[in-house]
Amino acid sequence: MAAIIELRKVEKVYPGPVPTKVLHGIDLTFEAGSFNSIIGASGSGKSTLLNVMSTLDRPTSGQVLLNGARTDTMKKNALAELRNETIGFVFQFHHLLPEFTAMENVLLPQRISDGRATGEATARAEKLLGLMGLSKVKDNPSTKLSGGQQQRTAIARALMNRPKIIFADEPTGNLDSETSKTIYRLFRNINAKLRTTFVIVTHDRRIAEETDRIVEIQDGRIAMDVRR
Amino acid sequence: MAALRIATRFLRHSRNQTILIVVGIAVLISVQVFVGALITSLQSNLVERTVGSSPQVTVLSARDNVTIENYTDLASRVASTGDVGSVAVSASGNAFLTNGAKVAPVLVRGFDFPQADAIYHMLGAVYHGTAPQSDSQVLLGKELSEDLSLGVGEDVTVITAFGGRMDLTISGLFDLGVASVNEGWVMTRLAAAQTLFGYGDRVTSIEATVPSIFQARTVAAAITRAIADPDVKVTNWMDQNAQLLSGLQAQSLSSNMIQAFILVSVVIAIASILSITVLQKSRQIGILKAMGIKDRSASLVFLYEGMLLGLGGALVGLLLGVGLLTSFTTFAKGSDGTPIISISLDTVFLLQSFLIAFLSATVAGVLPARKSSRLSPIDVIRGS
Repeated sequence: MAAIIELRKVEKVYPGPVPTKVLHGIDLTFEAGSFNSIIGASGSGKSTLLNVMSTLDRPTSGQVLLNGARTDTMKKNALAELRNETIGFVFQFHHLLPEFTAMENVLLPQRISDGRATGEATARAEKLLGLMGLSKVKDNPSTKLSGGQQQRTAIARALMNRPKIIFADEPTGNLDSETSKTIYRLFRNINAKLRTTFVIVTHDRRIAEETDRIVEIQDGRIAMDVRR
Repeated sequence: MAALRIATRFLRHSRNQTILIVVGIAVLISVQVFVGALITSLQSNLVERTVGSSPQVTVLSARDNVTIENYTDLASRVASTGDVGSVAVSASGNAFLTNGAKVAPVLVRGFDFPQADAIYHMLGAVYHGTAPQSDSQVLLGKELSEDLSLGVGEDVTVITAFGGRMDLTISGLFDLGVASVNEGWVMTRLAAAQTLFGYGDRVTSIEATVPSIFQARTVAAAITRAIADPDVKVTNWMDQNAQLLSGLQAQSLSSNMIQAFILVSVVIAIASILSITVLQKSRQIGILKAMGIKDRSASLVFLYEGMLLGLGGALVGLLLGVGLLTSFTTFAKGSDGTPIISISLDTVFLLQSFLIAFLSATVAGVLPARKSSRLSPIDVIRGS
């Protein structure tokens, strides 16, 4: 299958009085439509790796390619467009905008690209919220939702613009095990139905074992890469 | 559109803060409107009282004590010059007035009353009797009539330095509100003055008003060009009242400075508040950037916030300012029950204040907007 994410000799150094090298020449490729996890202990560099491959951060050296395009040299506006059209983010903290309702939060990526929410977009947002089991609370302010509801809203928002890739950083880190299971089931369904590529960072080995490929990071290097 | 929607939502979400900012801007703008309108009205009142009831442009003979010939032709040329209001001719001269017992020095002013009334408004100032109906009648000022203990219907004699003498009957008494005029002027018909001073068919001055009195100097120059007569000279109130004029200009300058300082306060207040808002909303801006909002749109959010705050503040400020002015004219009254200053609301001035407030607030949004464009999503993600 074609590579959708490609990292070539990626290094990341955080400057400071004592510069810290977090990633050491990472070479890594993920295929389109695959369901992957990155695991590692706290401070191993797994979140930095995700941030660099998801364009939120730039590598100190090396190349990052998404969908065949170099992102490490891309201009800010082109990066913004790429993020809006190709990538969906799910973070440990839901990062919903407290000023908007669940529905409005889900519509935001579409509003950013088109300026206004079309009838089609509204219908899609409603469908996604329905898929997440949030139809009843869609008009609630995002601050008035439970933790699980907020995270599911964030997932619906990540899916809004039909992204090719979903990057998730500890997406269930703040949730109970039952809600966590529901969320992973949702991820699996989306991956199966829409062929969306998933890269999930987690410190929980049991969750990682549910994915098709596990990449383990240790001290900024790939320690293990297992496909199932 | 996404940026405008986000901006309005940010403002609505922090409702109390937004109301506080709008009220802050509104108070500043209302003070600016109030001070501006008050000083402008004060000036026009002052000008109206000092030079409003007198000619603003006067055509005199170029040589001292010499009268103007062919004044009818000259007057019609003055009247046909652009930006000239009313035109009147006058035959005047110094004389002594006596009732047999007392003598007083006076300035005899011969007018065509209906014509001169457009400039001096003397007909409305006649508080006893009427304006002269014949060439043997005269109007006396309040103070002069009191000094000489004279009343309507009594006879007086006017004697000039060159031996002219005329017996006149007092037809009425006037009060123009200026003691020196009430004391020194006697007004009679043009023909009577011409006969008394032996002017024949000549006058001593052609006087004119200018609708916009600060245009007097320009209009005077235009009249000079229009009549192109070396025998006459054209004067105007601005050149003759340089001190009053510089006083008015100083007042205008101080008013403008007060207004400028208020606007600077508006800009600083909005800019600092919006800068804090950028800090408050940096998490949201970071999330929006992760979702793909461009730096330009993120900046627009704060520009729109500035514009909206300016719009709200300016509108409320105008209403407050107009309310303040209305209550000032309603409640601040003199002993005679009329407002101390009659304040006129100039729509152009209000519109200017509104626009300036709106634009200042928008400009104030530029700095925070630039600050927001430097925010990086990774700082927010890492920060959490």
